[in-house]
Amino acid sequence: MQRKDLLGLEELGADEIRMILDTAGAMREVIRRDIKKVPTLRGKVVATLFYEPSTRTRFSFELAAKHLSADTISVAAATSSVAKGEGLVDTAKTIDALGADAVVLRHPAAGAAAVFGRYTRAAVINAGDGMHEHPTQALLDLYTIQEQKGRIEGLTVTFVGDIQHSRVVRSNIWGLKKLGATVRVCGPRTLLPPGLEEIGVAVFTRLEDALPGSDVVYVLRLQRERFAQGLLPGVEEYARLYGITRERLALAKPEAIVMHPGPLNRGVEISAAVADSGRAVITQQVTNGVAVRMACLYLLIRRENDDKAYH
Amino acid sequence: MTRLIIKGGTVVDPVAGKLFQADVTVVGDRIAHIGKAPADKDATVVDARGCLVLPGLIDMHVHLREPGYEYKETIATGAAAALRGGFAAVCAMPNTRPVCDSAAVVGFVLERGKAAGRARVYPVGALTRGSEGKELAPLGEMRAAGAVAFSDDGRWVRNGNLMRRAMEYAAMLGAPVISHCEDPDLSAGGVMHEGVTASVLGLRGMPAAAEEVAVARDIILAALTGCHLHIAHVSTAGAVRLIREAKARGVKVTAEVTPHHFTLTDEAVKGYNTNAKVNPPLRTPADVAALKEGLADGTIDVIATDHAPHAREEKEVEFDAAPFGMVGLETAVGLTMALVREGVLTLPQLAAKLTTNPARILGFEGGLLREGAPADITLIDPELEETVEPECFASKSGNTPFAGWRLKGLPVGVVVGGRWFAVRPRVATGRRTRDKK
Repeated sequence: MQRKDLLGLEELGADEIRMILDTAGAMREVIRRDIKKVPTLRGKVVATLFYEPSTRTRFSFELAAKHLSADTISVAAATSSVAKGEGLVDTAKTIDALGADAVVLRHPAAGAAAVFGRYTRAAVINAGDGMHEHPTQALLDLYTIQEQKGRIEGLTVTFVGDIQHSRVVRSNIWGLKKLGATVRVCGPRTLLPPGLEEIGVAVFTRLEDALPGSDVVYVLRLQRERFAQGLLPGVEEYARLYGITRERLALAKPEAIVMHPGPLNRGVEISAAVADSGRAVITQQVTNGVAVRMACLYLLIRRENDDKAYH
Repeated sequence: MTRLIIKGGTVVDPVAGKLFQADVTVVGDRIAHIGKAPADKDATVVDARGCLVLPGLIDMHVHLREPGYEYKETIATGAAAALRGGFAAVCAMPNTRPVCDSAAVVGFVLERGKAAGRARVYPVGALTRGSEGKELAPLGEMRAAGAVAFSDDGRWVRNGNLMRRAMEYAAMLGAPVISHCEDPDLSAGGVMHEGVTASVLGLRGMPAAAEEVAVARDIILAALTGCHLHIAHVSTAGAVRLIREAKARGVKVTAEVTPHHFTLTDEAVKGYNTNAKVNPPLRTPADVAALKEGLADGTIDVIATDHAPHAREEKEVEFDAAPFGMVGLETAVGLTMALVREGVLTLPQLAAKLTTNPARILGFEGGLLREGAPADITLIDPELEETVEPECFASKSGNTPFAGWRLKGLPVGVVVGGRWFAVRPRVATGRRTRDKK
């Protein structure tokens, strides 16, 4: 891969996405081994810089770096300075001076990874920037769909819930569309961003209209703060109208799978019966996340030496 | 008395709506004669062949940042940027530190403007103390000290009753109230226009309705109070429609638009370009078309820049954290001349929106090319082209999304009170050079 940073899937071509998924396939083999370590990135430094709390994404990246024998440093970012937007450019320059090869950045502001990338030589991987994108989450979702369904082209993927605030959806829209899937979104009008139809996404407010014909039902986590913001009247009503239960799932195709980026609010956006059923592939998503992040680290850090996929 | 002859130019008369060839003779600080100038060996002669001669441009909406934010701009650098942009006069908004809400600050701004000795600087006083929207500022005292209008600028007066009282008071003083129309509850947290671009970028949007709701309320209050309401930087098609309807009903309302709002759309924000982060935000192509229609049919009276300088490090941050605003004084004429080439405005119409109309709204004597009128004159070379280089700006700040743009039709000189300032030297051979800072 020739690009320096992985900021989002909007900017990636279908070929680049396929290359990452192919490389992730090879990485998946590594983490199935008894000794999950290859020397591929020995001597390289991966810094994780999380301005927002996230256990799973951070752990997944650190594990991915360690499997590839990279050294990892984790920088604690003070949330107080972030709230004022202070210091991102200076931090980028510092990281650069320290000689990191890759920086994994999670930040509450959309576009933060793009700003950061302009001020460092290191490869920047966007691990979630505000409501913008979360490309490695979407890539692991694509990988999981391909693994489960054998293909992505021609499938219908329906996202349910808080579309407005979801960087997972924004990244998935680009990835799925570039690989030939149909994308639908469904949620209460207050949680639907305007204009998605203009980029070819079908928008629904009723699950009864959105779910029929879906191959994948992708359930989003509902943040309870949306009630305080006046976007929703209450958790019970949300669960009644948009919670994915067995009965609701029956509206989708019989073989439809259920995905979720985690962590789950059981009984709110997803019933325990669905989450724990064989239809849910949520744990597979987590495992595949490590493989996909290994692929991204490998392709970006090794871009100067070897631009071929890892096989 | 000093004599100045602007020779051989094309005079643009916004009142008569005409263009004609004439020399303009200035004696002292007044226009003495328009027509063929008699030979005068002692006069300073400006060769204006190929140039348009307009009344001195007036920008009724700029932020000069002094007192309080001198690292962004001072009254002196702002007045210099105004001149380089072709403006003979600017109105400084009151959102300084302290806020311009007393006769003392009004006096300070006037004094600094005079000391700078560049474009004329007129202060706009705050409507409420500290622009906090809680109690009326001493409008009468500020008016007496020289405030030309009143505005809480970026902070719309949320309390309708207080706005009513402010408008009644301003009407009594014969001063317009300038309103930045934005319902802060509807735009809360927004950093760009609410639409597909914001949705894709994951940025919080400000709906057009936030502006339109505020415009509607203020128009209703203008009708109630008889106050002259001037709506700042109109950005939406709906707002243009509301103003057009209000004018048709005889409400005393005028409006302005900025060059960036009629030139760019919200797509300029792509790539998280903080130099395109402005308030009101850049809108859609349909809004841009409506703004041009509003300019053409007279709904929008004035072109003003909302020149808002910010230091580089303030803009080199995450989009959410960057302040709103871009500089505008030094790109305004180039961007505005494009409207003439596009056929949106004739030259006299354009001149009216940059000179006569703001003068009329503010009660200035200027804005006219007439014998006996103050000698404020702007020369524009309609063929002169230049690439926008922020590092060449006279402003302290360079926060513009137009860097690298090629602009055509630029100011070459300004006369302020009879004093000639060459702002882009024209060499006798016809070869032109750019003035570097």
